[in-house]
Amino acid sequence: MLDQTSRRGALKCLAFGGAGTLFVLSGGVLAPLDLALASSRKTASAVGGIPLFLQISDTHIGFNKEANPDVAGTLKQTIGLVNAMPVRPALTIHTGDITHLSKPQEFDAAAQLMSGLNITELHTVPGEHDVTDGAGTEYFSRFGKASADKGYYSFDHSGVHFVGLVNVMNFKPNGLGGFGNEQLAWLKQDLEGRGSSTPIVVFAHMPMWTIYEPWGWGTGDADQATSYLKRFGSVTVLNGHIHQIVQKVEGNITFHTARSTAYPQPSAGVGPGPGPLKVASDLLPKMLGITSIKVLSHPLSASLNDTTLG
Amino acid sequence: MSPGHSMRNFFGALAVSLLLAVPPTSGSAAADAPQANAVVMKNFDFSPMSLTIKAGSSVTWKNLDGEPHTVTSVDGLFRSGALDQNDSFTFKFDKPGTYKYLCSIHPRMMAAIIVT
Repeated sequence: MLDQTSRRGALKCLAFGGAGTLFVLSGGVLAPLDLALASSRKTASAVGGIPLFLQISDTHIGFNKEANPDVAGTLKQTIGLVNAMPVRPALTIHTGDITHLSKPQEFDAAAQLMSGLNITELHTVPGEHDVTDGAGTEYFSRFGKASADKGYYSFDHSGVHFVGLVNVMNFKPNGLGGFGNEQLAWLKQDLEGRGSSTPIVVFAHMPMWTIYEPWGWGTGDADQATSYLKRFGSVTVLNGHIHQIVQKVEGNITFHTARSTAYPQPSAGVGPGPGPLKVASDLLPKMLGITSIKVLSHPLSASLNDTTLG
Repeated sequence: MSPGHSMRNFFGALAVSLLLAVPPTSGSAAADAPQANAVVMKNFDFSPMSLTIKAGSSVTWKNLDGEPHTVTSVDGLFRSGALDQNDSFTFKFDKPGTYKYLCSIHPRMMAAIIVT
């Protein structure tokens, strides 16, 4: 499947953008994957039958404090970076905190900015900043259709089964996110009967494993969700919320949190809480970015590439 | 001058001097001093975590953190929505009771207002 001559050529040149690591998870084993396929065909959105997807997260439109006084500007830069990719992703997944304060004008501005992406298909899940108006009226009036206002939904694309989950409307007493029984029951039924060789991509705002409980970095009932996913040969879990990359591999499941396009947050436990982290202005672009996901059906594997703005 | 007249003068002067001796309070002199019924959000905590007030008085919350917080009562009685840094929210408590609340963005932040 990998052409030897283009592999040699590709190894001589790196992909677009800044630093990033590209690896393949196949049957639980990590192996490096070169970017030959990505750079060889510049216009196709699916290269050699390998669909590419984009994860963008925590755009926080409306934030204007010290850590980044211009979040619209960094989002525009991010969109420019995506539009310049040699292979256009087939769709975008936004893993939440689209806005900073759930305000209508923030949602409007975010929608306008996101329309600058040359990727037309957008799928979202809310972050806790998107639903501070209680029932999430503003968020659901704009993005509720896909899930009939429930927040959770699934769809298929290029042989990959995508599942969007909401874990910011059912918090646990200890501050961790939660899915709730109704959503978990839906998830179980949604996955039932699907072949275990179907590649699965799950996306939700809060981390679906416990990274740091004192700061609410986790989902209280995630273990139950994970138990339904265990039997599949390739599962990629995409989360946001913590504004930095943390990753875990458990069997055939890769858990990954993305960077924000707005501002970084401190590492777990460093400081009083998970607030905006001010860094030197030349360092900021290196801490913001996006993730692209490549999913293969044969052989069954998924690879993640994190790219920064600078 | 009669002794009574002198007495009145004395007490009058005493009253005036007492008034002058009282240091001025900042802001308006309201019956319920607003500063006493204040809660701040600082370093991902409500401070104080427990505040006791009299029925009929108000509490003002102010967010001093760079991260937005909300003041959301557990029983649905009051909800501030997202408060950005330096935003405030005021709620008047008419009935006695213990009112637990939390930040809906960071639900580990929990506190209570006790109304007597």
